[in-house]
Amino acid sequence: MTIAGLKKNKTYQKYASFFRLRFVMGLQYRAAALAGVVTQFMWGFLEIKVFLAFEQSSPAAFPMTFGQLAAYEWLQQAFLAFFMAWMMEPEIFECITDGNVSYELCRPVDLYHMWFARSMATRLSRGLLRCFPILTVAALLPAPYRLMPPCSLSAAVWFVITMLLGLSVTVALCMIIYMLTFFTVSSLGLRLVFSCAVEFLQGAVIPLPFFPPTLQRIMERLPFASMQNVPLLIYSGSISGAAIWRAAGLQIFWLAALILIGKNIGRYAMKKTTVQGG
Amino acid sequence: MEKTKKISGAKLYRRYLSIHVRSVMQYKASFWMTTVGQFLTSLNMLLGVYFMFRRFGSVKGYTFSEVLLCSSIMLMEYSLGECIARGFDTFPAMVRKGGFDRVMTRPRSAVLQVLGSNIELTRVGRMTMAVIMFVYGISHSGVHWSAGRVMTVIFMLIGGTALFCGIFLIYAALCFYTLDGLEFMNILTDGAREYGKYPVNLYGKRMLQFCTFAVPYALVQYYPLTYLTGRSDNLFTMFLPLLATVFLIPCYLLWRVGLRHYQSSGS
Repeated sequence: MTIAGLKKNKTYQKYASFFRLRFVMGLQYRAAALAGVVTQFMWGFLEIKVFLAFEQSSPAAFPMTFGQLAAYEWLQQAFLAFFMAWMMEPEIFECITDGNVSYELCRPVDLYHMWFARSMATRLSRGLLRCFPILTVAALLPAPYRLMPPCSLSAAVWFVITMLLGLSVTVALCMIIYMLTFFTVSSLGLRLVFSCAVEFLQGAVIPLPFFPPTLQRIMERLPFASMQNVPLLIYSGSISGAAIWRAAGLQIFWLAALILIGKNIGRYAMKKTTVQGG
Repeated sequence: MEKTKKISGAKLYRRYLSIHVRSVMQYKASFWMTTVGQFLTSLNMLLGVYFMFRRFGSVKGYTFSEVLLCSSIMLMEYSLGECIARGFDTFPAMVRKGGFDRVMTRPRSAVLQVLGSNIELTRVGRMTMAVIMFVYGISHSGVHWSAGRVMTVIFMLIGGTALFCGIFLIYAALCFYTLDGLEFMNILTDGAREYGKYPVNLYGKRMLQFCTFAVPYALVQYYPLTYLTGRSDNLFTMFLPLLATVFLIPCYLLWRVGLRHYQSSGS
Protein backbone atom coordinates (compact mmCIF):
# COMPACT_ATOMS: atom_id res chain seq x y z
CA MET A 1 0.00 0.00 0.00
CA THR A 2 1.21 3.49 -0.78
CA ILE A 3 1.78 5.94 2.01
CA ALA A 4 -1.11 8.10 0.85
CA GLY A 5 -3.36 5.06 0.82
CA LEU A 6 -2.25 4.08 4.30
CA LYS A 7 -2.91 7.57 5.57
CA LYS A 8 -6.35 7.62 4.08
CA ASN A 9 -7.09 4.27 5.64
CA LYS A 10 -6.00 5.62 9.03
CA THR A 11 -8.34 8.61 8.69
CA TYR A 12 -11.22 6.34 7.96
CA GLN A 13 -10.35 4.18 10.96
CA LYS A 14 -10.40 7.20 13.25
CA TYR A 15 -14.03 7.97 12.48
CA ALA A 16 -14.97 4.29 12.40
CA SER A 17 -13.69 3.78 15.92
CA PHE A 18 -15.40 6.96 17.04
CA PHE A 19 -18.61 5.60 15.54
CA ARG A 20 -18.13 2.22 17.26
CA LEU A 21 -17.56 3.87 20.62
CA ARG A 22 -20.74 5.93 20.43
CA PHE A 23 -22.74 3.03 19.06
CA VAL A 24 -21.81 0.70 21.92
CA MET A 25 -22.48 3.49 24.40
CA GLY A 26 -25.94 4.02 22.94
CA LEU A 27 -26.76 0.34 23.34
CA GLN A 28 -26.33 0.63 27.10
CA TYR A 29 -29.58 2.54 27.61
CA ARG A 30 -31.85 -0.49 27.58
CA ALA A 31 -34.28 0.50 30.34
CA ALA A 32 -34.90 3.87 28.70
CA ALA A 33 -35.42 2.09 25.40
CA LEU A 34 -38.03 -0.24 26.90
CA ALA A 35 -40.02 2.66 28.34
CA GLY A 36 -39.77 4.39 24.98
CA VAL A 37 -41.04 1.31 23.18
CA VAL A 38 -44.22 1.18 25.27
CA THR A 39 -44.94 4.87 24.65
CA GLN A 40 -44.22 4.68 20.95
CA PHE A 41 -46.37 1.62 20.59
CA MET A 42 -49.36 3.43 22.11
CA TRP A 43 -48.65 6.41 19.88
CA GLY A 44 -48.67 4.29 16.74
CA PHE A 45 -51.84 2.54 17.83
CA LEU A 46 -53.76 5.78 18.47
CA GLU A 47 -52.49 7.31 15.26
CA ILE A 48 -53.81 4.35 13.27
CA LYS A 49 -57.15 4.61 15.12
CA VAL A 50 -57.51 8.21 13.96
CA PHE A 51 -56.85 7.26 10.34
CA LEU A 52 -59.25 4.34 10.68
CA ALA A 53 -62.04 6.70 11.74
CA PHE A 54 -61.37 8.96 8.75
CA GLU A 55 -61.24 5.98 6.43
CA GLN A 56 -64.60 4.72 7.69
CA SER A 57 -66.14 8.16 7.18
CA SER A 58 -65.13 8.47 3.53
CA PRO A 59 -63.19 5.45 2.20
CA ALA A 60 -62.95 6.85 -1.34
CA ALA A 61 -60.82 9.80 -0.21
CA PHE A 62 -58.16 7.54 1.32
CA PRO A 63 -55.02 7.90 -0.85
CA MET A 64 -53.56 4.43 -0.11
CA THR A 65 -54.73 1.07 1.18
CA PHE A 66 -55.24 0.90 4.91
CA GLY A 67 -52.51 -1.74 5.23
CA GLN A 68 -50.07 0.69 3.64
CA LEU A 69 -51.03 3.40 6.12
CA ALA A 70 -50.64 1.01 9.07
CA ALA A 71 -47.20 0.02 7.79
CA TYR A 72 -46.22 3.70 7.47
CA GLU A 73 -47.26 4.48 11.03
CA TRP A 74 -45.56 1.44 12.61
CA LEU A 75 -42.33 1.99 10.70
CA GLN A 76 -42.36 5.65 11.68
CA GLN A 77 -42.66 4.70 15.35
CA ALA A 78 -40.12 1.88 15.12
CA PHE A 79 -37.47 4.04 13.43
CA LEU A 80 -38.31 7.29 15.20
CA ALA A 81 -34.70 7.74 16.28
CA PHE A 82 -33.51 7.67 12.67
CA PHE A 83 -35.61 10.51 11.36
CA MET A 84 -36.80 12.83 14.11
CA ALA A 85 -34.95 16.11 13.70
CA TRP A 86 -35.49 17.16 17.31
CA MET A 87 -33.40 14.25 18.58
CA MET A 88 -30.14 16.16 18.34
CA GLU A 89 -27.04 15.82 20.47
CA PRO A 90 -27.40 18.15 23.46
CA GLU A 91 -23.69 17.83 24.22
CA ILE A 92 -22.74 19.29 20.87
CA PHE A 93 -24.87 22.37 21.51
CA GLU A 94 -23.46 22.65 25.00
CA CYS A 95 -19.87 22.49 23.86
CA ILE A 96 -20.46 25.15 21.22
CA THR A 97 -22.14 27.61 23.57
CA ASP A 98 -19.83 27.07 26.56
CA GLY A 99 -16.69 27.14 24.43
CA ASN A 100 -15.49 23.61 25.16
CA VAL A 101 -15.54 23.09 21.43
CA SER A 102 -12.02 24.53 21.40
CA TYR A 103 -10.77 21.29 22.94
CA GLU A 104 -12.42 19.37 20.15
CA LEU A 105 -10.73 21.63 17.63
CA CYS A 106 -7.32 20.75 19.05
CA ARG A 107 -7.77 17.13 18.07
CA PRO A 108 -6.32 15.99 14.77
CA VAL A 109 -9.77 15.17 13.42
CA ASP A 110 -12.22 17.00 11.25
CA LEU A 111 -15.03 18.42 13.35
CA TYR A 112 -17.69 17.84 10.71
CA HIS A 113 -16.74 14.18 10.17
CA MET A 114 -16.46 13.50 13.86
CA TRP A 115 -19.88 14.93 14.69
CA PHE A 116 -21.40 13.25 11.67
CA ALA A 117 -20.07 9.85 12.80
CA ARG A 118 -21.24 10.55 16.31
CA SER A 119 -24.80 11.49 15.30
CA MET A 120 -25.08 8.49 12.99
CA ALA A 121 -23.97 6.17 15.80
CA THR A 122 -26.40 7.61 18.34
CA ARG A 123 -29.35 7.41 15.98
CA LEU A 124 -28.49 3.92 14.74
CA SER A 125 -28.04 2.43 18.20
CA ARG A 126 -31.21 4.06 19.50
CA GLY A 127 -33.25 3.00 16.51
CA LEU A 128 -31.97 -0.57 16.44
CA LEU A 129 -32.64 -1.02 20.15
CA ARG A 130 -36.22 0.13 19.80
CA CYS A 131 -37.36 -1.10 16.42
CA PHE A 132 -37.48 -4.87 16.93
CA PRO A 133 -40.01 -5.07 19.79
CA ILE A 134 -42.32 -2.61 18.01
CA LEU A 135 -42.04 -4.36 14.65
CA THR A 136 -42.61 -7.82 16.17
CA VAL A 137 -45.71 -6.88 18.12
CA ALA A 138 -47.10 -4.81 15.22
CA ALA A 139 -46.70 -7.76 12.85
CA LEU A 140 -48.76 -9.97 15.19
CA LEU A 141 -51.73 -7.60 15.57
CA PRO A 142 -55.14 -8.36 14.01
CA ALA A 143 -56.18 -7.08 10.59
CA PRO A 144 -56.54 -3.30 10.31
CA TYR A 145 -53.66 -2.65 12.69
CA ARG A 146 -51.28 -5.30 11.42
CA LEU A 147 -47.88 -4.37 10.02
CA MET A 148 -47.71 -6.10 6.65
CA PRO A 149 -44.47 -7.62 5.35
CA PRO A 150 -42.60 -5.59 2.69
CA CYS A 151 -44.56 -5.78 -0.56
CA SER A 152 -41.74 -7.53 -2.46
CA LEU A 153 -38.15 -8.64 -2.03
CA SER A 154 -36.85 -5.75 -4.11
CA ALA A 155 -38.96 -3.35 -2.04
CA ALA A 156 -37.34 -4.77 1.09
CA VAL A 157 -33.84 -4.23 -0.32
CA TRP A 158 -34.70 -0.70 -1.47
CA PHE A 159 -36.28 -0.02 1.92
CA VAL A 160 -32.99 -0.73 3.67
CA ILE A 161 -30.94 1.26 1.16
CA THR A 162 -33.20 4.32 1.15
CA MET A 163 -33.57 4.17 4.91
CA LEU A 164 -29.80 4.47 5.35
CA LEU A 165 -29.82 7.33 2.85
CA GLY A 166 -32.72 8.95 4.72
CA LEU A 167 -30.87 8.60 8.01
CA SER A 168 -27.81 10.25 6.46
CA VAL A 169 -29.95 13.11 5.10
CA THR A 170 -31.40 13.63 8.59
CA VAL A 171 -27.94 13.78 10.12
CA ALA A 172 -26.65 16.09 7.36
CA LEU A 173 -29.57 18.43 8.04
CA CYS A 174 -28.87 18.44 11.77
CA MET A 175 -25.19 19.15 11.03
CA ILE A 176 -26.24 22.42 9.39
CA ILE A 177 -28.03 23.37 12.60
CA TYR A 178 -24.96 22.52 14.69
CA MET A 179 -22.81 24.67 12.44
CA LEU A 180 -25.27 27.56 12.52
CA THR A 181 -25.15 27.42 16.32
CA PHE A 182 -21.64 28.91 16.12
CA PHE A 183 -23.24 32.19 15.06
CA THR A 184 -25.83 32.41 17.84
CA VAL A 185 -25.69 32.93 21.58
CA SER A 186 -28.55 30.54 22.26
CA SER A 187 -29.52 27.87 19.78
CA LEU A 188 -32.94 27.36 21.34
CA GLY A 189 -35.01 29.42 18.89
CA LEU A 190 -33.22 28.02 15.86
CA ARG A 191 -33.79 24.46 17.03
CA LEU A 192 -37.47 25.00 17.80
CA VAL A 193 -38.32 26.49 14.43
CA PHE A 194 -36.20 23.91 12.63
CA SER A 195 -37.68 20.86 14.35
CA CYS A 196 -41.27 22.03 13.95
CA ALA A 197 -40.83 22.76 10.25
CA VAL A 198 -39.05 19.48 9.59
CA GLU A 199 -41.62 17.43 11.48
CA PHE A 200 -44.39 18.81 9.35
CA LEU A 201 -42.60 18.82 5.98
CA GLN A 202 -41.15 15.31 6.27
CA GLY A 203 -44.58 13.76 6.76
CA ALA A 204 -44.39 12.97 10.47
CA VAL A 205 -47.63 14.80 11.29
CA ILE A 206 -49.53 13.22 8.42
CA PRO A 207 -47.93 11.24 5.55
CA LEU A 208 -47.28 13.26 2.37
CA PRO A 209 -49.87 11.38 0.21
CA PHE A 210 -52.59 12.91 2.42
CA PHE A 211 -51.77 16.45 1.33
CA PRO A 212 -53.46 18.12 -1.67
CA PRO A 213 -51.68 17.13 -4.94
CA THR A 214 -49.92 20.42 -5.72
CA LEU A 215 -48.64 20.85 -2.20
CA GLN A 216 -47.55 17.24 -2.20
CA ARG A 217 -45.53 17.70 -5.38
CA ILE A 218 -43.70 20.66 -3.88
CA MET A 219 -43.05 18.87 -0.59
CA GLU A 220 -41.73 15.78 -2.38
CA ARG A 221 -38.94 17.82 -3.96
CA LEU A 222 -37.78 19.39 -0.70
CA PRO A 223 -34.93 17.73 1.20
CA PHE A 224 -37.29 16.90 4.08
CA ALA A 225 -39.18 14.35 1.97
CA SER A 226 -35.88 12.51 1.45
CA MET A 227 -35.86 11.55 5.12
CA GLN A 228 -38.57 9.12 6.29
CA ASN A 229 -41.01 9.62 3.46
CA VAL A 230 -39.08 7.67 0.80
CA PRO A 231 -38.18 4.44 2.65
CA LEU A 232 -41.55 4.19 4.41
CA LEU A 233 -43.51 4.53 1.18
CA ILE A 234 -41.24 2.11 -0.67
CA TYR A 235 -41.78 -0.57 2.00
CA SER A 236 -45.53 -0.68 1.40
CA GLY A 237 -45.34 -0.21 -2.36
CA SER A 238 -46.73 3.35 -2.49
CA ILE A 239 -43.55 4.26 -4.35
CA SER A 240 -42.61 1.57 -6.88
CA GLY A 241 -40.94 0.98 -10.24
CA ALA A 242 -39.10 3.88 -11.85
CA ALA A 243 -40.28 6.23 -9.08
CA ILE A 244 -37.95 4.40 -6.67
CA TRP A 245 -34.91 5.33 -8.77
CA ARG A 246 -36.06 8.94 -8.94
CA ALA A 247 -36.67 9.12 -5.20
CA ALA A 248 -33.34 7.50 -4.33
CA GLY A 249 -31.54 9.77 -6.80
CA LEU A 250 -33.10 12.80 -5.15
CA GLN A 251 -32.00 11.48 -1.75
CA ILE A 252 -28.40 11.24 -2.97
CA PHE A 253 -28.61 14.72 -4.46
CA TRP A 254 -29.92 16.25 -1.23
CA LEU A 255 -27.42 14.32 0.86
CA ALA A 256 -24.54 15.70 -1.20
CA ALA A 257 -25.99 19.21 -1.20
CA LEU A 258 -26.65 19.27 2.54
CA ILE A 259 -23.19 17.94 3.36
CA LEU A 260 -21.64 20.57 1.12
CA ILE A 261 -23.68 23.36 2.72
CA GLY A 262 -22.94 22.09 6.22
CA LYS A 263 -19.21 21.83 5.58
CA ASN A 264 -19.03 25.31 4.10
CA ILE A 265 -20.92 26.87 6.97
CA GLY A 266 -18.59 24.95 9.26
CA ARG A 267 -15.51 26.26 7.49
CA TYR A 268 -16.81 29.80 7.65
CA ALA A 269 -17.66 29.38 11.34
CA MET A 270 -14.14 28.14 12.11
CA LYS A 271 -12.67 31.26 10.54
CA LYS A 272 -14.96 33.51 12.57
CA THR A 273 -14.78 31.69 15.86
CA THR A 274 -12.63 33.28 18.49
CA VAL A 275 -12.18 31.53 21.79
CA GLN A 276 -12.76 34.05 24.54
CA GLY A 277 -10.52 32.32 27.03
CA GLY A 278 -11.61 31.43 30.55
CA MET B 1 -45.51 38.20 71.47
CA GLU B 2 -42.82 36.38 69.48
CA LYS B 3 -45.48 34.53 67.54
CA THR B 4 -45.38 35.77 63.91
CA LYS B 5 -48.50 35.81 61.82
CA LYS B 6 -48.86 32.91 59.43
CA ILE B 7 -49.84 33.97 55.94
CA SER B 8 -52.57 32.07 54.15
CA GLY B 9 -51.92 29.40 51.51
CA ALA B 10 -53.41 31.50 48.75
CA LYS B 11 -51.22 34.44 49.65
CA LEU B 12 -48.16 32.22 49.73
CA TYR B 13 -48.99 30.86 46.30
CA ARG B 14 -49.37 34.40 44.96
CA ARG B 15 -45.95 35.18 46.34
CA TYR B 16 -44.50 32.12 44.57
CA LEU B 17 -46.17 33.27 41.35
CA SER B 18 -44.70 36.73 41.59
CA ILE B 19 -41.23 35.21 42.10
CA HIS B 20 -41.64 33.15 38.94
CA VAL B 21 -42.87 36.09 36.90
CA ARG B 22 -39.91 38.17 38.01
CA SER B 23 -37.40 35.37 37.38
CA VAL B 24 -38.78 34.71 33.91
CA MET B 25 -38.47 38.39 33.06
CA GLN B 26 -34.75 38.19 33.77
CA TYR B 27 -34.36 35.93 30.74
CA LYS B 28 -36.84 37.49 28.36
CA ALA B 29 -35.33 36.10 25.15
CA SER B 30 -35.35 32.53 26.40
CA PHE B 31 -38.91 32.96 27.68
CA TRP B 32 -40.22 34.25 24.36
CA MET B 33 -38.43 31.59 22.35
CA THR B 34 -39.88 28.75 24.40
CA THR B 35 -43.28 30.40 24.15
CA VAL B 36 -43.00 30.66 20.37
CA GLY B 37 -41.86 27.03 20.27
CA GLN B 38 -44.97 25.97 22.18
CA PHE B 39 -47.04 27.95 19.71
CA LEU B 40 -45.38 26.28 16.72
CA THR B 41 -45.84 22.73 18.02
CA SER B 42 -49.54 23.31 18.38
CA LEU B 43 -49.55 24.91 14.93
CA ASN B 44 -48.30 21.59 13.52
CA MET B 45 -51.19 19.84 15.21
CA LEU B 46 -53.66 22.33 13.76
CA LEU B 47 -52.22 21.97 10.26
CA GLY B 48 -52.42 18.19 10.52
CA VAL B 49 -56.09 18.35 11.43
CA TYR B 50 -56.75 20.95 8.73
CA PHE B 51 -55.27 18.87 5.91
CA MET B 52 -57.06 15.73 7.11
CA PHE B 53 -60.38 17.56 6.91
CA ARG B 54 -59.50 19.09 3.55
CA ARG B 55 -59.24 15.58 2.20
CA PHE B 56 -62.01 13.82 4.09
CA GLY B 57 -64.54 16.58 4.79
CA SER B 58 -65.77 15.14 8.07
CA VAL B 59 -65.08 12.35 10.52
CA LYS B 60 -67.80 10.38 12.30
CA GLY B 61 -70.18 13.29 11.66
CA TYR B 62 -67.89 15.91 13.18
CA THR B 63 -66.98 18.95 11.12
CA PHE B 64 -63.62 20.72 11.11
CA SER B 65 -64.82 23.54 13.35
CA GLU B 66 -66.37 21.13 15.83
CA VAL B 67 -63.11 19.23 16.10
CA LEU B 68 -61.29 22.55 16.53
CA LEU B 69 -63.64 23.42 19.36
CA CYS B 70 -62.87 20.07 20.95
CA SER B 71 -59.11 20.23 20.49
CA SER B 72 -58.81 23.86 21.54
CA ILE B 73 -60.66 23.26 24.81
CA MET B 74 -58.52 20.18 25.47
CA LEU B 75 -55.39 22.20 24.69
CA MET B 76 -56.44 24.96 27.08
CA GLU B 77 -57.16 22.43 29.82
CA TYR B 78 -53.78 20.85 29.30
CA SER B 79 -51.90 24.15 29.17
CA LEU B 80 -53.55 25.37 32.36
CA GLY B 81 -52.93 22.04 34.06
CA GLU B 82 -49.29 21.99 33.03
CA CYS B 83 -48.77 25.63 33.95
CA ILE B 84 -50.09 25.03 37.47
CA ALA B 85 -48.78 21.52 38.11
CA ARG B 86 -45.41 21.78 36.36
CA GLY B 87 -43.83 21.36 39.81
CA PHE B 88 -45.11 17.78 39.87
CA ASP B 89 -43.81 17.21 36.38
CA THR B 90 -40.29 18.22 37.39
CA PHE B 91 -40.66 16.52 40.76
CA PRO B 92 -38.31 13.57 39.94
CA ALA B 93 -35.41 16.02 39.63
CA MET B 94 -36.37 17.61 42.95
CA VAL B 95 -36.36 14.23 44.70
CA ARG B 96 -33.07 13.17 43.16
CA LYS B 97 -31.32 16.40 44.07
CA GLY B 98 -32.64 16.21 47.62
CA GLY B 99 -34.66 19.40 47.26
CA PHE B 100 -37.68 17.65 48.69
CA ASP B 101 -35.91 17.17 52.02
CA ARG B 102 -35.90 20.93 52.37
CA VAL B 103 -39.61 21.05 51.58
CA MET B 104 -40.31 18.51 54.33
CA THR B 105 -38.61 20.60 56.97
CA ARG B 106 -40.85 23.61 56.35
CA PRO B 107 -44.10 23.96 58.30
CA ARG B 108 -46.28 24.35 55.19
CA SER B 109 -48.09 21.85 53.01
CA ALA B 110 -45.80 19.87 50.73
CA VAL B 111 -48.24 20.05 47.83
CA LEU B 112 -48.34 23.83 47.96
CA GLN B 113 -44.56 24.06 48.05
CA VAL B 114 -44.05 21.65 45.16
CA LEU B 115 -46.65 23.53 43.12
CA GLY B 116 -44.91 26.78 43.92
CA SER B 117 -41.50 25.41 43.01
CA ASN B 118 -42.27 25.60 39.32
CA ILE B 119 -44.96 27.63 37.59
CA GLU B 120 -44.48 27.28 33.87
CA LEU B 121 -45.44 30.57 32.27
CA THR B 122 -44.14 29.68 28.80
CA ARG B 123 -47.31 27.66 28.28
CA VAL B 124 -48.84 30.97 27.24
CA GLY B 125 -47.69 30.04 23.74
CA ARG B 126 -49.81 26.93 23.60
CA MET B 127 -52.66 28.76 25.27
CA THR B 128 -52.58 31.48 22.61
CA MET B 129 -52.83 28.91 19.86
CA ALA B 130 -55.69 27.23 21.70
CA VAL B 131 -57.57 30.52 22.04
CA ILE B 132 -57.16 31.26 18.31
CA MET B 133 -58.47 27.80 17.45
CA PHE B 134 -61.31 28.23 19.93
CA VAL B 135 -62.39 31.53 18.43
CA TYR B 136 -62.36 30.03 14.94
CA GLY B 137 -64.27 27.01 16.21
CA ILE B 138 -66.92 29.19 17.83
CA SER B 139 -67.42 31.40 14.81
CA HIS B 140 -67.73 28.54 12.32
CA SER B 141 -69.38 25.66 14.16
CA GLY B 142 -72.79 27.31 14.41
CA VAL B 143 -73.18 26.56 18.11
CA HIS B 144 -76.08 28.52 19.57
CA TRP B 145 -74.62 30.07 22.65
CA SER B 146 -76.90 29.97 25.63
CA ALA B 147 -75.97 30.59 29.25
CA GLY B 148 -75.93 26.82 29.71
CA ARG B 149 -73.41 26.28 26.94
CA VAL B 150 -71.11 29.04 28.18
CA MET B 151 -71.26 27.44 31.62
CA THR B 152 -70.43 24.08 30.01
CA VAL B 153 -67.22 25.48 28.52
CA ILE B 154 -66.24 26.96 31.89
CA PHE B 155 -66.98 23.65 33.62
CA MET B 156 -64.92 21.83 30.99
CA LEU B 157 -61.95 24.11 31.64
CA ILE B 158 -62.22 23.63 35.40
CA GLY B 159 -62.70 19.87 35.19
CA GLY B 160 -60.01 19.37 32.56
CA THR B 161 -57.42 21.45 34.38
CA ALA B 162 -58.13 19.49 37.55
CA LEU B 163 -57.85 16.22 35.66
CA PHE B 164 -54.45 17.05 34.20
CA CYS B 165 -53.23 18.33 37.58
CA GLY B 166 -54.34 14.98 38.99
CA ILE B 167 -52.35 13.06 36.39
CA PHE B 168 -49.24 15.11 37.12
CA LEU B 169 -49.83 14.42 40.81
CA ILE B 170 -49.87 10.65 40.13
CA TYR B 171 -46.66 11.04 38.16
CA ALA B 172 -45.02 12.73 41.13
CA ALA B 173 -46.46 10.25 43.64
CA LEU B 174 -45.08 7.26 41.72
CA CYS B 175 -41.71 8.91 41.86
CA PHE B 176 -41.59 8.33 45.64
CA TYR B 177 -41.11 4.66 44.83
CA THR B 178 -39.03 4.80 41.67
CA LEU B 179 -37.01 7.98 42.36
CA ASP B 180 -37.27 8.59 38.65
CA GLY B 181 -39.91 9.76 36.22
CA LEU B 182 -41.82 7.05 34.40
CA GLU B 183 -41.87 7.61 30.68
CA PHE B 184 -45.05 5.64 30.08
CA MET B 185 -46.94 8.33 32.00
CA ASN B 186 -46.40 10.49 28.91
CA ILE B 187 -49.21 8.57 27.29
CA LEU B 188 -51.62 10.00 29.85
CA THR B 189 -50.33 13.57 29.54
CA ASP B 190 -48.76 14.28 26.13
CA GLY B 191 -50.77 11.48 24.57
CA ALA B 192 -54.04 12.92 25.84
CA ARG B 193 -53.11 16.36 24.57
CA GLU B 194 -52.13 15.01 21.15
CA TYR B 195 -54.96 12.56 20.62
CA GLY B 196 -57.56 14.45 22.65
CA LYS B 197 -57.80 16.73 19.64
CA TYR B 198 -60.48 14.37 18.32
CA PRO B 199 -63.55 13.44 20.40
CA VAL B 200 -62.85 10.26 22.37
CA ASN B 201 -65.60 8.20 20.70
CA LEU B 202 -63.51 8.34 17.51
CA TYR B 203 -61.18 5.79 19.08
CA GLY B 204 -63.85 3.16 19.60
CA LYS B 205 -66.05 1.93 22.40
CA ARG B 206 -63.29 0.43 24.55
CA MET B 207 -61.37 3.65 24.57
CA LEU B 208 -64.51 5.56 25.50
CA GLN B 209 -65.10 3.22 28.43
CA PHE B 210 -61.50 3.60 29.56
CA CYS B 211 -61.75 7.38 29.28
CA THR B 212 -64.98 7.43 31.25
CA PHE B 213 -64.19 5.16 34.18
CA ALA B 214 -60.41 4.85 34.46
CA VAL B 215 -58.95 8.23 33.53
CA PRO B 216 -61.98 10.45 32.94
CA TYR B 217 -60.94 12.38 29.83
CA ALA B 218 -64.33 11.78 28.25
CA LEU B 219 -66.04 13.61 31.12
CA VAL B 220 -64.26 16.83 30.21
CA GLN B 221 -64.26 16.29 26.48
CA TYR B 222 -66.66 13.96 24.69
CA TYR B 223 -69.83 14.15 26.87
CA PRO B 224 -69.97 17.94 27.36
CA LEU B 225 -69.11 18.30 23.67
CA THR B 226 -72.27 16.42 22.72
CA TYR B 227 -74.21 19.02 24.71
CA LEU B 228 -72.21 21.92 23.26
CA THR B 229 -72.76 20.88 19.66
CA GLY B 230 -76.42 20.07 20.22
CA ARG B 231 -76.03 16.31 19.79
CA SER B 232 -77.65 15.78 23.17
CA ASP B 233 -79.78 18.07 25.29
CA ASN B 234 -79.30 16.08 28.43
CA LEU B 235 -78.51 18.70 31.06
CA PHE B 236 -76.66 16.07 33.04
CA THR B 237 -73.78 16.07 30.52
CA MET B 238 -73.28 19.75 31.24
CA PHE B 239 -72.22 18.99 34.81
CA LEU B 240 -70.16 15.91 34.03
CA PRO B 241 -66.90 17.92 33.73
CA LEU B 242 -67.24 18.95 37.37
CA LEU B 243 -67.43 15.27 38.27
CA ALA B 244 -63.95 14.88 36.79
CA THR B 245 -62.55 16.93 39.68
CA VAL B 246 -63.37 13.92 41.88
CA PHE B 247 -60.43 12.25 40.13
CA LEU B 248 -58.18 14.45 42.25
CA ILE B 249 -59.17 12.52 45.40
CA PRO B 250 -57.56 9.15 44.52
CA CYS B 251 -54.58 11.07 43.12
CA TYR B 252 -54.13 12.93 46.38
CA LEU B 253 -54.50 9.72 48.40
CA LEU B 254 -51.80 8.10 46.28
CA TRP B 255 -49.59 11.09 46.96
CA ARG B 256 -50.22 10.78 50.72
CA VAL B 257 -49.34 7.09 50.70
CA GLY B 258 -46.23 7.84 48.66
CA LEU B 259 -45.22 10.62 51.02
CA ARG B 260 -45.28 8.21 53.93
CA HIS B 261 -42.93 5.91 52.02
CA TYR B 262 -40.56 8.69 51.12
CA GLN B 263 -36.93 8.04 51.73
CA SER B 264 -34.43 10.70 50.90
CA SER B 265 -32.23 9.97 47.93
CA GLY B 266 -29.39 11.05 50.21
CA SER B 267 -27.80 13.59 47.94
